[in-house]
Amino acid sequence: MLNDLFPNVKMDDMWEATRETFYMISISVIGTIIFGVLLGLLLFLTAQGNLWQNRWINGFVATIVNVFRAIPFIILILLLFPFTDFLIGTIRGWEAALPALIIGAAPFYARLVEIALKEVDKGVIEAAKAMGATGRTIIFKVLLPESMPALISGITVTAIALIGYIAIAGLIGAGGLGDLAYMQGFQRRDFDVVFACTIFIVVIVFIFQFIGDILSKTIDKR
Amino acid sequence: MIEIKQLTKLYKTKHQQVQAVDDISLNINKGEIFGVVGYSGAGKSTFIRLINRLEEPTSGTIKINDKDITTMAQSKLRKERQKFGMIFQHFNLLWSRTIYDNIAFPLEIAGVPKNKRKEKVLELINLVGLSGREKAYPSQLSGGQKQRVGIARALANDPDVLLCDEATSALDPETTDDILDLLVSINKKLGLTIILITHEMHVIQKICHRVAVMEKGKVVETGNVLEVFVKPQSKTTKRFVQQLNPLEQQQEAIQSFINSRDDSEVIKLHFIGNSTRRALISEISKKYDVDINILQGSISPTQEGAYGTLFFEINGQKDVIHDAIKYIQASGVEVEVLKHVE
Repeated sequence: MLNDLFPNVKMDDMWEATRETFYMISISVIGTIIFGVLLGLLLFLTAQGNLWQNRWINGFVATIVNVFRAIPFIILILLLFPFTDFLIGTIRGWEAALPALIIGAAPFYARLVEIALKEVDKGVIEAAKAMGATGRTIIFKVLLPESMPALISGITVTAIALIGYIAIAGLIGAGGLGDLAYMQGFQRRDFDVVFACTIFIVVIVFIFQFIGDILSKTIDKR
Repeated sequence: MIEIKQLTKLYKTKHQQVQAVDDISLNINKGEIFGVVGYSGAGKSTFIRLINRLEEPTSGTIKINDKDITTMAQSKLRKERQKFGMIFQHFNLLWSRTIYDNIAFPLEIAGVPKNKRKEKVLELINLVGLSGREKAYPSQLSGGQKQRVGIARALANDPDVLLCDEATSALDPETTDDILDLLVSINKKLGLTIILITHEMHVIQKICHRVAVMEKGKVVETGNVLEVFVKPQSKTTKRFVQQLNPLEQQQEAIQSFINSRDDSEVIKLHFIGNSTRRALISEISKKYDVDINILQGSISPTQEGAYGTLFFEINGQKDVIHDAIKYIQASGVEVEVLKHVE
């Protein structure tokens, strides 16, 4: 029955592509969390009236974040070819997609991190200061834990955007489900392959949304 | 113990300057509960934040136990802040931590090892009457319970001073009284100096030993609570004191008793401290040939003793009334004869 509906779909290829997609998601999400949280913290802490208030650093980081957020992803990949080649040693395969994915998603997540941190009660930060907390303590024991639900729902949204980016990266040979849908599906006019890839991607998105929602809910004690 | 000299805080924005705290000099003694009262915008919040330098003073000095806070380097200041506990109007607990972990937080900051933390936290939870709720999260507690956690947290590092920033303003009257009782018992048990700011005169009356009244960044009046309540000097203080004393607002009710006749007077008495215990009216009515009609009266307790007012109508011969008034004056109770106004 499945063979009738999807005559051209080879399950081996599908699993292979799904595995590549998962690799790309996992590593790019981790990279996005690291750089996004760093940039987000920097944006928040250097803003007016905050811990490391500094107009120049704030302006500088904000500009970088805005510029990279403004570049369409497909163009960002092309622009980053020399950098990718230098860093990974190739511009093909799923590994080569990682720098573009992280550089594309981290600034987006950084803004979400900044918003999450802004939501942290100023009074709680003040209370920590009154107890003699250092900047480090305030960051790791107040700001990050208190904004955790928003940080998690932010990374969920970003991860789903990343799944979209990964499919785009597939168009220029990054592997994964996007690649499979384009190369084996669209190019050969085997639309059942395109359709099967779509179903897989939608399922992956659902899984991520589900995990994100549950995590965010269990961690939220408000 | 705390010496504040010519403390000033100036906020500058592009368009205006705001003198939030204007040349305040105060001395706060060890072990006392010192209240600062004022309407919103009077600068009380800024004032209390200057004491542990959550706000940087523009000029002036603050000395605690002869150590100058105002010139201290940041790293030393952070250490010193552990000697100040602070509680807040909105409690400012970390919602992501349990009650236990909230109280343990200042100990973590002070670098107390884990096994020693446990003992201290459980002791504090017991002190504020929250035993058994260690594992609850702040969202599961009522306002009064949250403030108890706030107090326990503030006491974790055995501070010398407790700063209370409108600590009861978000609580209902009954819970307010519970929290105030807790503060008094801590003050007595631990000999802790407490500085509190509030806009509720009731709080001052109930627990403070001394009070400063603030208006537009300045201290307009300061003194023992009893003194300030009985003889308020400034206009703002009078308004605050009247708030507490419903009789002051009901003076019209007495107006109909006041007349210009010689054989009838309406008299207001101010009792302070021990004189509130004296049966003065009954003494007069036995001693002098006068009739006394009590109109209204009230009595209020403070930490420094009680004070009260009494309005009564006295009828009798002019010179007998005069003698009776003299007798009351001689007893140390303040007398005010309310005159008829045409």
